Amino acid sequence: MPLLEAVRMALRAIWAQKLKSFFSLIGVLIGVTFLIAVVSIVQGMNVYMEEQFADKLVGINTFQLRQRPGIVMENVNEETWRAWQRRPRITYADARFIRDRLPESVTTSMYCADNVDVSYGGKQAKDIELAGTEETYFSIKNYDIASGRAFSEQEVRAGSPVVVIGALLGEKLFDGVDPLNKSVTIAGLPYRVIGVVKKQGTLFGISLDKFAIMPYSAPARRWICPHNVLDEVEIKASDPTAMQAAMAQVEGLMRARRHLKPAEENNFALQTAEGALEGWKKISRILMMALPGLVAISLVVGGIVIMNIMLMAVSERTREIGIRKALGARRSDILAQFVVESATISLVGAALGIGLGIVLAMVVRALTFLPAAIAPWSVGMAVALGVLVGVVAGVYPATRAARLDPIQALRAE
Amino acid sequence: MNPDVLRVIGLERRYDMGGEVVHALRGVTLTIRRNEYVAIMGPSGSGKSTMMNILGCLDTPDAGEYWLNGEEVSQLNDDALARVRNREIGFVFQTFNLLPRASALHNVELPLIYAGLASGERRIRAEEALTRVGLAERMHHRPNELSGGQRQRVAIARALVNRPSILLADEPTGNLDSTTSEEIMAVFEELHTEGQTVVMVTHEPDIAAHAERVITLRDGKVESDRASRESAA
Repeated sequence: MPLLEAVRMALRAIWAQKLKSFFSLIGVLIGVTFLIAVVSIVQGMNVYMEEQFADKLVGINTFQLRQRPGIVMENVNEETWRAWQRRPRITYADARFIRDRLPESVTTSMYCADNVDVSYGGKQAKDIELAGTEETYFSIKNYDIASGRAFSEQEVRAGSPVVVIGALLGEKLFDGVDPLNKSVTIAGLPYRVIGVVKKQGTLFGISLDKFAIMPYSAPARRWICPHNVLDEVEIKASDPTAMQAAMAQVEGLMRARRHLKPAEENNFALQTAEGALEGWKKISRILMMALPGLVAISLVVGGIVIMNIMLMAVSERTREIGIRKALGARRSDILAQFVVESATISLVGAALGIGLGIVLAMVVRALTFLPAAIAPWSVGMAVALGVLVGVVAGVYPATRAARLDPIQALRAE
Repeated sequence: MNPDVLRVIGLERRYDMGGEVVHALRGVTLTIRRNEYVAIMGPSGSGKSTMMNILGCLDTPDAGEYWLNGEEVSQLNDDALARVRNREIGFVFQTFNLLPRASALHNVELPLIYAGLASGERRIRAEEALTRVGLAERMHHRPNELSGGQRQRVAIARALVNRPSILLADEPTGNLDSTTSEEIMAVFEELHTEGQTVVMVTHEPDIAAHAERVITLRDGKVESDRASRESAA
């Protein structure tokens, strides 16, 4: 009997018992929904982490010299934490020392930051990230200036009270008025707004446009970069290879500068986008490793349900099997009929699961910041698993059907 | 062409009924020629059902030969028997044995599916067969939308659709009232006139009287084999 004929027969049988068929495919449906939804959400998370999180927080081909890691995604024990805090801080002098010894193509900037209140007229914006940097910071962060300009080397050297603000801060504080050349008050000191940075968007739903950048040497430094101390030195190379080279060089320079013996560990941290992602990658790997187990459980359950339904179908339809045999159906025809029926039920379950999984992923995409995207391989795998589960679940009942004696079967009620 | 469509020689069939061996057939020999209309009669326990099953290739004998249309079929395997049932035999059952959820047309198409015909060809032949038994108007009805007589006509159309060597009817009027029974017998009569070989198992003498020849079984043996009253008359 051709496959197409068997499928047609199977659909007829499934349609005849819609409700029962639906219940029998629910296990497969859930398993596949899970597969599709989890894969697309995890992959969406991956894309997000790689494209947004790492780049926005650290930057491409960029690394940071810090006292201790800034983005930590794993558990750090008390002892490690204390050891990190005992490390010497990064100083202005460290930054200059490194800058003077790195190749021309590598850009560096001092960086320190804290949250402060910024006010203009009667309005106040609370908890604004105020960063003190050098003029090179804008190119390191790839900040485009939407209006006005960035501060200059001269202004950094002079410690001028000028500030470049984020788009959202501009909107909040100035409410439609052009912020350029307006005087804002930062930590009680007057600053002149000289530029607005183009909108950066959000990360995990948090705006990245609520910031103010001033020369690290400007008067408010005592709140954010006290006692010659920096939070980090930002270092950007032209490409990944150059970045690796620069990292090795910075490591050597810092070790030499701090007189570390070969056996001693670094008492500073070099943080890259890769490094920041490692923690996430670990989580994602665990999720992806747990996924097959979870999917397998629901598919096994789904398979058992289908097998039971098929066994019931075989005993309910014994008479039908007898009739078919009397009319010339061979064992293989009956076997094929029931295996295909079982596979079709399972495949319909898989198809519904794929649909539901896609809907779930789309809902996540619409309601959260995650760009959940359907992975084609997960759809392919769902279809393959659907067929596999159905065939495996169908073989035993179908074998029983095929082996029925036609005379006995015809006598069945 | 060999005028004998069916020949059985020394047919034996035993059943093991919980340790006790029952001899359902004890050496039946008979020949049926092409275009004969034969009734097999006998009281219950005479072995006529067993005979029917073996003639229909649903069962195989323990001893003896069974030649159907020039082929010895008593020793064939399951798949070969399925092929013989499909090509050489048309069954008509007492309880009709139609698939309840399928239309008359689909029921009639079933043997053609197992014969491997394409769907277009199947449909044409099934429609032909249904038209032949006078059900052209009700092809798309399901069995539960048809009367008993109509159901049996569908079953007859299904039995004929693959142009079998013999039409094998098992108590075909057993579930029908007398008027409808007469109608069904008229259909058999007509098929016989058109050249169809018909073998009918029945315990009703009135029904058997429609056949040309009546074979009576008793205790697993042929008791009598004669022309029926009507044909003789």
